[in-house]
Amino acid sequence: MATTQTPPATGSVKAGGKHSGGSGGGRFQTDRAKAERKLGLKLAAPAAIVMLAVTAYPIGYALYLSLFRYDLRTPDQNAFVGFDNYALILTSSVWWQAVLSTTVITVVSVALELVLGLALALVMHRALSLRRSVRVAILVPYGIITVISAYAFAFAVAPDTGFIGDGDPLGSRLGGWAVIILTEVWKTTPFMSLLLLAGLASVDESLQEAAKVDGATATQRLFRVTLPNMKGAILVALLFRALDAFRIFDTVYVQTAGAFETQTISGLGYNALITRVNLGLGSAISILLFLFIILIAFIFVKGFKTNLGTVKGEG
Amino acid sequence: MTTTAIGGEQVGADAQAAHSTWAPTRRRHREAGRGPAWTIGALAIMAYALFPVAWIASLSLKGEGDIADGKLIPTKPTLDNYRTLFDSGEFVRPLINSIGISLITTVLAVVIASFAAYAIARLDFPGKSLLLTGALAIAMFPPVSIIGPLFNIWRSTGLYDTWPGLILPFLTFALPLAIWTLAAFFREIPFDLEQAAQVDGATPFQAFRKVILPLALPGVFTSAIIVFIFCWNDFLFSISLTSTDEARTVPAATAFFTASSNFINPTGQIAAAAIIVTVPIIIMVLVFQRRIVAGLTAGAVKG
Amino acid sequence: MAAITMRGVTKRYPDGTEAVKAVDLDIADGEFVILVGPSGCGKSTLLRMIVGLEDISDGEMRIGDELVNDRAPKDRDLAMVFQNYALYPHLSVRENIAFPLRIAKVPDAEITKRVEEAAKVLELTENLDRKPANLSGGQRQRVAMGRAIVRDPKAFLFDEPLSNLDAKLRVQMRTEIARIQRKYGTTTVYVTHDQTEAMTLGDRVAVLRKGVVQQVDSPRNLYNDPANLFVAGFIGSPSMNLLPGVLRGSTLELPFGSVELPAARVPQGGGAERQVIAGIRPEHFEDASIVGDDDRGHGSTFRSRVEVIEWMGSELYAYLPYSVGGGSVGAKLDELAADLDLEQTSGDDSQIVARFDAASRVSEGGDAEVWVDVRRVHLFDPDTGETLTPRETAGSRDHAPGAVQD
Repeated sequence: MATTQTPPATGSVKAGGKHSGGSGGGRFQTDRAKAERKLGLKLAAPAAIVMLAVTAYPIGYALYLSLFRYDLRTPDQNAFVGFDNYALILTSSVWWQAVLSTTVITVVSVALELVLGLALALVMHRALSLRRSVRVAILVPYGIITVISAYAFAFAVAPDTGFIGDGDPLGSRLGGWAVIILTEVWKTTPFMSLLLLAGLASVDESLQEAAKVDGATATQRLFRVTLPNMKGAILVALLFRALDAFRIFDTVYVQTAGAFETQTISGLGYNALITRVNLGLGSAISILLFLFIILIAFIFVKGFKTNLGTVKGEG
Repeated sequence: MTTTAIGGEQVGADAQAAHSTWAPTRRRHREAGRGPAWTIGALAIMAYALFPVAWIASLSLKGEGDIADGKLIPTKPTLDNYRTLFDSGEFVRPLINSIGISLITTVLAVVIASFAAYAIARLDFPGKSLLLTGALAIAMFPPVSIIGPLFNIWRSTGLYDTWPGLILPFLTFALPLAIWTLAAFFREIPFDLEQAAQVDGATPFQAFRKVILPLALPGVFTSAIIVFIFCWNDFLFSISLTSTDEARTVPAATAFFTASSNFINPTGQIAAAAIIVTVPIIIMVLVFQRRIVAGLTAGAVKG
Repeated sequence: MAAITMRGVTKRYPDGTEAVKAVDLDIADGEFVILVGPSGCGKSTLLRMIVGLEDISDGEMRIGDELVNDRAPKDRDLAMVFQNYALYPHLSVRENIAFPLRIAKVPDAEITKRVEEAAKVLELTENLDRKPANLSGGQRQRVAMGRAIVRDPKAFLFDEPLSNLDAKLRVQMRTEIARIQRKYGTTTVYVTHDQTEAMTLGDRVAVLRKGVVQQVDSPRNLYNDPANLFVAGFIGSPSMNLLPGVLRGSTLELPFGSVELPAARVPQGGGAERQVIAGIRPEHFEDASIVGDDDRGHGSTFRSRVEVIEWMGSELYAYLPYSVGGGSVGAKLDELAADLDLEQTSGDDSQIVARFDAASRVSEGGDAEVWVDVRRVHLFDPDTGETLTPRETAGSRDHAPGAVQD
């Protein structure tokens, strides 16, 4: 039996025989493969075009604007200023206040959400009673408009319309942070818990039984068996929520409007861009926020070795 | 077992296997889960989820006099806030905008995303992984980063303060969501079915339309709900890219109640507006609970 | 209906690996041909190349007189039954069977007629309005076949159609497929890894290994005249015993002793001493104590210990241990065993499987006098693996392709 080593195919695969309609010296393809490529490109094109047009182009434009003095109130003074906008921002205490505020809100709310979300997921995973009601209830915060939930919490803690009595938590930095974080946690924990629940459900039940036979207590099973096996789900949930929380805007806008040094980076950008129509400075803030987001994603993907390709939709 | 059937949507053995991921905990063996501790836990979750809604509902039913009484149950329930809201002329138009813009975006997003997701899940074409990565990147993209340029471009092209001016950015951020969700649903449909259709004489497009689309309908519908909720929720684009009631949506409009209305205290009206825009969502959630859970987690975690 | 002709058909992947290597195969109009081989031998790939679901890297594929290399599946007019049936779950049985006709825009009245005809043939009439999810495995299989026969295509292609059924149903459906194919007389290509299916169903069987066709022949010829070691080991259950041997003239030295081969079994130009691999099927051994006098003369006897006995009722299998010298012949046998997914017999110790008549009284652990039928000993070249034995049924075939109506 001939076991000849076949050399790796080099370049184009030559078609044996007479294939009519070859389009010049291009790669040989059958009708089926050609039709498939064509259909694939056709089907994907609309989505790709829309997404590119409304994000890639504007972000490039933002990068360009950020290098200019570009203020719609003083259009005659627009000029190229290089990195002056960035220098101005990075030396301003307002910027660093916003970075601090955004970081505090992100870290604390995501940490709380993880713990709470895990607890919710465990209850939903195990509890038989009221199963359906719990699942419906948990989707209510997800479904509610963020602005509305911000109002709900603002009203609930306000001295006049609230129920916690006098004193205005939204009148101080710490109080403001607390209410903002509370609102964020309430609104987004359900999403987190659903992701974690899916991860929990994907852990083979027989592992639990094996651990039980091996003498592990419920707590040991949770920390030594269940959690390590749903690491992927936890990291993905954390990544999504961290990126989302870092972009926080709606809640802060409604509850404190950035007062008492609770302003976030998105809020700062909005104020510069839309309220004061200073597109140069605002764009520089936008670009910095964009870089932060990339950095966070990078830390997650590299630092935690999260393979989004394998975790997110079997690639 | 205690679970309810999946809405009578029996779509065959193969698709039924796929359903198991829709209700991940169904066939699990368990021995606990009914004790009083679990019931208390379940009730606590429900209270946690529903209390803020209850509070705002209560506020919307309180009159001018008792809005500050700090009680959960209104002593003299009244619909005054709702009446004022609809009479003020500041709410009806934004409500129409919200519904119209969200619905149009949803239809567009689901149609465009279905095509792209099908191509991603099934076909071999150049640039496929680029599209997937791009979609993921956009899902993580900070919207604030583009409102400046959009503001500027929209003003010069006449898109500022119009429906299309909001539909476009909504669509952009809804597409990744829809593509990922739909691609996950499409992947659950056995590949053999399209191949069988092709052998049976169907073109790839006929295979998509006659075989895949009918099977993917529950998934398409789920994506539509998620996209709609996403659009319904937007605030940033609406306050940045509109200036009048021409296109402003409800979330943005409520912010302007506070700033510009003549009311001494707009809390009651905001609460009423909040309830009006929340009730349809809650009904949707009630009816399609299982689908939404499936959609939110589809593709996020490998089952 | 049409003949299918392959010339040098090759499947090459971008990384250079070849799943199917230069296959030449002629399938006559109306013939039932089986592609068989262990998993990964390229048989399914070849089938999918015929139907157009895999691209053809090189060579020519013709259906009838037409070159179809570049043609999309929908334009090849072939029907395929998938391993998992690929029934459309959202359509009723009726609509599943009607699907290809609807695509082809056949008039409704005609569709109804043809679907009902097919349903009658397949005994599906009562299930026409049910969904696939509510059918048993055997019924699903019938629906998949219904979808194939309703179109009257140029050929039926089956991709391991019975592998999802339980053993009993498999036998039943096997007969069913044979019946349907005979009724319609449609050219059929059938892929399976199960050599029993291959032997019972096909007019001709093509044995594949690593993308290369080893032998194409009638089941009987495959069994009686395997072209090489691989076919010898693959066809037949339990497998043919393959033993290292040395041939001197017509004398064959085997691990258990020497045997004298009849002239018809001696390789042409035998003469010189040479290493060989000898193949003897289990049924060509017998307990010497019950061999009739007529046969005794056609064989040799030797003594062996019986290590294990498997009693099957109508027969029994005796495992006879022996020692081999190892070396190059041993390595060749090991390689073959790996190929066939057999248990590795590496090391110096191996065993012969012998099938004895149930009347045999040999006992486990005891010694037995074993007879071997020298008329049925095959010899293979240890280097190339090719057969050295002159063809038993030289030139003749059991039946001509296509002429299978009986």
